[in-house]
Amino acid sequence: MKINISHIAKLANLTLLPDEKLKLEKQLEETLDYVEQLNQVDTKNIEPTSQVTGLENITRDDIAKPSLSQNEALSNTKSKHNGFFKVKAIFKENE
Amino acid sequence: MNKLTLQKAKESLKNKDFSAVDLTKACLLQMKKTEPKLNAFVTVTENQALEQARKADVELASQGDALEAKPLLGIPIAIKDNFSTLGIRTTASSKVLDDYIPPYDATVVKKLKDAGAVILGKTNMDAWAHGSSTETSDYGATKNPWDTNHLPGGSSGGSAASVAANQCIAAIGSETAGSIRQPASWCGVTGLKPTYGRVSRYGVIAMGSSLDSPGPITKTVEDSALILEVLAGIDEKDATTSPKEVLEYSKHLDKDVKDLKIGISSDYFIKGIDKEVEELIKTAIKKFESLGAKIENIKLFDPKYAIDVYTIIQRSEVSSNLARYDGIRYGKDRESFAEEAKRRIMFGTYALSSGYYDQYYNKAQQVRTVIIKDFEKAFEKVDIIIAPTSPSLALPVGATKDTSMFGEIADVLVEPSSIAGLAGINIPVGFSKSGLPIGMQIIGPQFSEQLVLASAHQYEINTQNENWRKLTPDL
Amino acid sequence: MSKYTPVIGLEVHVELKTNSKMFCSCSADYFGQKPNTHTCPVCLGLPGALPVPNKKAIEWCVMIGLALNCDIPLFSKFDRKNYFYPDLSKGYQISQYDKPFCQKGFIELSNGKKIGITRVHMEEDTGKLIHEGNSSLIDFNRSGVPLVEIVTEPDFQTAEEVKEYLQKLQQIVRYLGVSNADMEKGEMRLEPNISLRELKTQNSKLKTELPSYKVEVKNINSFGFVGKAIEYEIKRQQEILEKGQTPIQETRGFVEKNSSTVSQRVKEEASDYRYFPEPDIPPIRWTNEDLATIECLIPELPFYKLFRFQSGYGLSVYDSEILTKTRDLADYFEEAMTIGRKHELTAKQIANYIINKKIDINIILPAKLIEEIIKTTKKTDVNEEKLAKIIEKVINENQNAVQDYKKGKETVIMFLVGRVMRQFKEKIDAERIKAVLTAKLK
Repeated sequence: MKINISHIAKLANLTLLPDEKLKLEKQLEETLDYVEQLNQVDTKNIEPTSQVTGLENITRDDIAKPSLSQNEALSNTKSKHNGFFKVKAIFKENE
Repeated sequence: MNKLTLQKAKESLKNKDFSAVDLTKACLLQMKKTEPKLNAFVTVTENQALEQARKADVELASQGDALEAKPLLGIPIAIKDNFSTLGIRTTASSKVLDDYIPPYDATVVKKLKDAGAVILGKTNMDAWAHGSSTETSDYGATKNPWDTNHLPGGSSGGSAASVAANQCIAAIGSETAGSIRQPASWCGVTGLKPTYGRVSRYGVIAMGSSLDSPGPITKTVEDSALILEVLAGIDEKDATTSPKEVLEYSKHLDKDVKDLKIGISSDYFIKGIDKEVEELIKTAIKKFESLGAKIENIKLFDPKYAIDVYTIIQRSEVSSNLARYDGIRYGKDRESFAEEAKRRIMFGTYALSSGYYDQYYNKAQQVRTVIIKDFEKAFEKVDIIIAPTSPSLALPVGATKDTSMFGEIADVLVEPSSIAGLAGINIPVGFSKSGLPIGMQIIGPQFSEQLVLASAHQYEINTQNENWRKLTPDL
Repeated sequence: MSKYTPVIGLEVHVELKTNSKMFCSCSADYFGQKPNTHTCPVCLGLPGALPVPNKKAIEWCVMIGLALNCDIPLFSKFDRKNYFYPDLSKGYQISQYDKPFCQKGFIELSNGKKIGITRVHMEEDTGKLIHEGNSSLIDFNRSGVPLVEIVTEPDFQTAEEVKEYLQKLQQIVRYLGVSNADMEKGEMRLEPNISLRELKTQNSKLKTELPSYKVEVKNINSFGFVGKAIEYEIKRQQEILEKGQTPIQETRGFVEKNSSTVSQRVKEEASDYRYFPEPDIPPIRWTNEDLATIECLIPELPFYKLFRFQSGYGLSVYDSEILTKTRDLADYFEEAMTIGRKHELTAKQIANYIINKKIDINIILPAKLIEEIIKTTKKTDVNEEKLAKIIEKVINENQNAVQDYKKGKETVIMFLVGRVMRQFKEKIDAERIKAVLTAKLK
């Protein structure tokens, strides 16, 4: 199997050094090989389980409660400006 | 007095044998003495702890029944560093969060504070809880108090080591698959992994969201029961918490094990298991038999597949849960992730990516169903299941180096029950000839905490006078 | 005739006006507030925070689905949509993937064409990015505000159809009272996707096959612009196709100043959102009783009201459309009707008065309105004789015009009406003058 490690790194928003890429690619392959054994388990007609609690319809009433203050919200950032979080300019592609 | 169990410490505080400040100071002193060797804490909150202890003393002095309303009043407790603590640095042992100070308390922390606990500090762990060694911490490995050349297990290794070394009266850990039970086993203490949804995850830095279960690490089973009473219950901030009633676990531990049906599966005594581990677990099973329990051999779904299921589900969820760390609102950017986190993020991203979802994630979720059904079937025949917690003794420092799935393979025996969201506990059953602790796990159905705790307690009190119980770590 | 048929689909996002956000208790009323004052650990994506869904938002999403004739599956769940963007605090958006709350609905246009609605699902809004020089500023007040996404089939063929659909959709969500759907405030956002199908063959299979590419257009903030964007795209793509080429599959942005679109991002690879079931939120399962309860909350919708105003009150299509434009105006009219009936006023009289006088329904109460109508009617009654005299006079003085009219130049009547009106100080209903004049000239 061939993994496009750069593509995966891009999806994962990780910047990898060339050495790191090689190592992670190898380890990713190892792990994929390892979990291959799951194919020995017959799962025909078996429903997947994504939650084990059996809970359903857990919701909250539509009541607004106080928020954090602006200071609290910004207390952990290193880059802010006039009450905003600040990042390097980005192209507006998702708006 | 720092060696006291929670129950004994409560009695002493009630009888005014000593004050909460005395008790807190004793713990802090033990920390000063042993931390250079153990490195069990990332952050020690000495001043805040003493302040909380002073307040506790005022309450203890003014109200006769203060301990009724606040069952942990004045008790020094250590908290794993993945629980958000208002105003106290919370790193999950990752440099990414080196300077992150949460503006809120995790529900577990809030409940501990409401119960009057004194918070000593934040314990070391595998970074982001990714591991079973506490060696992947960005703040250095924690060492096993019984032999500092060995690892404490993980990811709640700091909590387990701290309890074993009597730096605290009790500690809080969290388990995704094994992260409470396995370090408890390697450090020779009690670790309770509650049913998924029994204890709120709100404020606990997420690892595998469909698996994470916070729980106590303590010196005795009774202590775990006392803490579970405080922690358990529905939380409106965690939609996956159960509305099931919280019991008075500590008051119903004296149920004898006569006619208790205990399942034993040869599948859990896997190839390569440490002989001393196997021997001591079998001795412990005999002890149960001698107390009147019925031992039944059962067939369980091979735990080796749980490694795959766990690896895929957990790493997929990890890849999504760690996406928020972009350095914009808090913490450092994604370059600061260490190798283990990157490894898990990369695998999880791959497993969820277009064209592979069915082959990996969906397949794992299907096998998860198989594992759940398998346990359901087993629990039709038996009440609880007993097995080794870890197939090995505490491994030497450095064991995780250059391994691509250390944690997931080491935790093979605790993964199936975690995947199914069951209740489980580790309790010590003795030591190896080399002086390392050996632990046994008791697994019960979902929400069987009472039965699991009572069974463990029965073993504990009926082996109270065995010689190995007199051992203490030499630090 | 062009040898291409436009194939147009539409994605619309509507922000719900709940009190609190979708997954936390922060106030959802963020517009115009100071930045980052409506956030909490959940919507700020702090470590350890967990989402708990807003019950009302879910019910409103289902309500929208029901109003759009959708099926409501009894089982539904939330999923994580994973992608990175600075305004997305968790690194994933909680949305719905394969089990949306509503699916397979439609909106019927006035020409009888049904625009298919593929799905209506619930998700959360992102924060807001403001671009300033070399940096971008982020405000997370909008992060986590409930958002309903309504996706159509590629059933539109013209910009007019798209506009009518959007007006109907906006009217419906406003009727439901679940969103103000104000485009300018970003409470309603739309993204058309446009491509052209070649009509070179009569083969019926090829006629229904979709083109091999699709162009999405973003940054459209008014109904007017959506028409312009679509028309521009149809022209642009046609030119490319005529050269024998295929337009690139991409996302383009609408540019207001010259009503064009520019390439924003070429989709080299299909986006990979790595959807998986949201582990933090248990699934939703409806009973038929639940759905019946939600259905009961749906008021009479514009389509039915329009029909009833025509058949029940005998109003024209034109008047009915105006009066049912908003629920408030329709309610106002009906209240006025109830009072007006007692004074033997007709629906037409009341409708005319409201429409012609452009009555501000927030200022004049229905009872007051009826009083006014009665007054004006009486005034004109008194002037009945005077009116007849003046009409007589105007006819005499404008014989040329009268002759033109009699020869069939019907528009001349309005000239005569004007002449009559000039003789009065008070305003007289032009329709009435016209009616009398016409009768007189017969």
